[in-house]
Amino acid sequence: MKILVPVKRVLDYNVKPRVKSDGTGVDLANVKMSMNPFDEIGVEEAIRLKEKGVATEIIAVSVGPAKAQETLRTALAMGADRAILVQTDDAVEPLALAKIFKAIADAEQPGLVILGKQAIDDDNNQTGQMLAALTGWAQGTFASAVNVEGDHISVTREVDGGLETVKLKLPAIVTTDLRLNEPRYASLPNIMKAKSKPLDTKSPADYDVDTAPRVKTVKVSEPPVRSAGVKVADVDELVAKLKAMGVHS
Amino acid sequence: MKTLVWVEHDGSAVKDATLAAVTAASKLGEVHLLVAGSGVDGVAKAAAGIAGVGKVHVADNAAFGHNLPENIAPLVAELMASHDAFVVPATTTGKNIAPRVAALLDVMQISEILSVEGPKTFTRPIYAGNAIATVESSDAKLVLTIRGTAFEKAASTGGSGSVEAVSAGGDAGISSFVGAEIAKQDRPELTSAKIIVSGGRALGSSEKYQEVIVPLADKLGAALGASRAAVDAGYVPNDYQVGQTGKIVAPEVYFAIGISGAIQHLAGMKDSKTIVAINKDEDAPIFQVADFGLVADLFNAVPELTGKI
Repeated sequence: MKILVPVKRVLDYNVKPRVKSDGTGVDLANVKMSMNPFDEIGVEEAIRLKEKGVATEIIAVSVGPAKAQETLRTALAMGADRAILVQTDDAVEPLALAKIFKAIADAEQPGLVILGKQAIDDDNNQTGQMLAALTGWAQGTFASAVNVEGDHISVTREVDGGLETVKLKLPAIVTTDLRLNEPRYASLPNIMKAKSKPLDTKSPADYDVDTAPRVKTVKVSEPPVRSAGVKVADVDELVAKLKAMGVHS
Repeated sequence: MKTLVWVEHDGSAVKDATLAAVTAASKLGEVHLLVAGSGVDGVAKAAAGIAGVGKVHVADNAAFGHNLPENIAPLVAELMASHDAFVVPATTTGKNIAPRVAALLDVMQISEILSVEGPKTFTRPIYAGNAIATVESSDAKLVLTIRGTAFEKAASTGGSGSVEAVSAGGDAGISSFVGAEIAKQDRPELTSAKIIVSGGRALGSSEKYQEVIVPLADKLGAALGASRAAVDAGYVPNDYQVGQTGKIVAPEVYFAIGISGAIQHLAGMKDSKTIVAINKDEDAPIFQVADFGLVADLFNAVPELTGKI
């Protein structure tokens, strides 16, 4: 079966986001951009399923600017077989993304779509569930383990308080949580090889999807700053402070 | 505006996260609730008693027993024909269901709102809480998830909602519940605890976590938490993790012990009323947010604290 793996180019997770002084967003000029970490986990899981003989072909997809090609090349270097860039300079919301992925799923007929549970820029946590709604497929979100069993997949999910396992009919949607796997680094030979793997460039219009935003960002501001309190000299002073607040056994 | 609030419950009681969602919904308009599940008469009665609630829609069906979104979302979409906003606690269950409903309604969801600024305007955290966006929806209906720590909890009693059975929906036949491993603890849940004691990588082992962190939590009747580093190192299970990728908490008192204070951890606990940090590195970023900081070796200081408090 084919696996479709959407990947997003985002501000690298090690870079501290800076809010622009005009309040229009976060400054992305001249900062390091990388693949969304949850998507990287998705690519890794697809590769593992191919290595197990469950998957036959992995297609990485990204919706974003021309530079999102680099993100797709990373996916190809990790082990994806081919890539589709749906090129646009507009910010595309999860609902429109899900519509684009639905159109690609209709054309490619994957058995599984593996997405990151959320992108670390907008923190929406929506696209996978929305794609599941639009395709009418089952969804296994926040996955920490997956196991394909014939025409079903069992997904262990990280839920509040512990783990939950569901069994889904294929084709299905999986979204990844942090502990599903540890993504591999692409080797230099594989990075070189990735340069010649096929990468198609499309536009949202090719899929008849209107990407006009439904939600307007009025402004973006710094979070309220929490100021440091006091350093206490020893445990006795800490106990006194806590007792004064009514905190004791 | 007529809102429909998703009631999160465990089959017998309404979970606290629901009460914060009710408060958020009440800022938009009339509050209706949806209790879906199997054998949920008791939950429905309790839900009707939440202060300020109008109608409680009850969908009692075996297919709704395990919150499978494939079965629940079509039910909600049908009920949304007569409601203007679907309001859901931003728990793992809520986050699983809400976007599926939004897409069925062709609505762009607004996730993890922190405040209601107007009938269609909200604030929400982006970039792990490093920025706050004010956003305005242009959709005809709203689908919102609610950051539980950002809203007061509605009173769980004093209301007199009417209960109405819903017959819609059933099993979509594409998913089934296999099982769950939910850690049963004799302590408060992390997300609703008044006091949380969290340990970090400086503990060095799972044994030390048990030896140092647990007795303090026991003494204070606190919930147990951990940094991502401690979870990744295997000291404690995943569901202990406090942080942007774990649980978002805001207790009265948060003890950060041997936790350096990575951005990702701060994003999960910086709304706590009082933060106490114990760390031997005086330059640890955690001290920049701590109300009371103690620079000390945790292996000496924490047992001493446990003895004296």
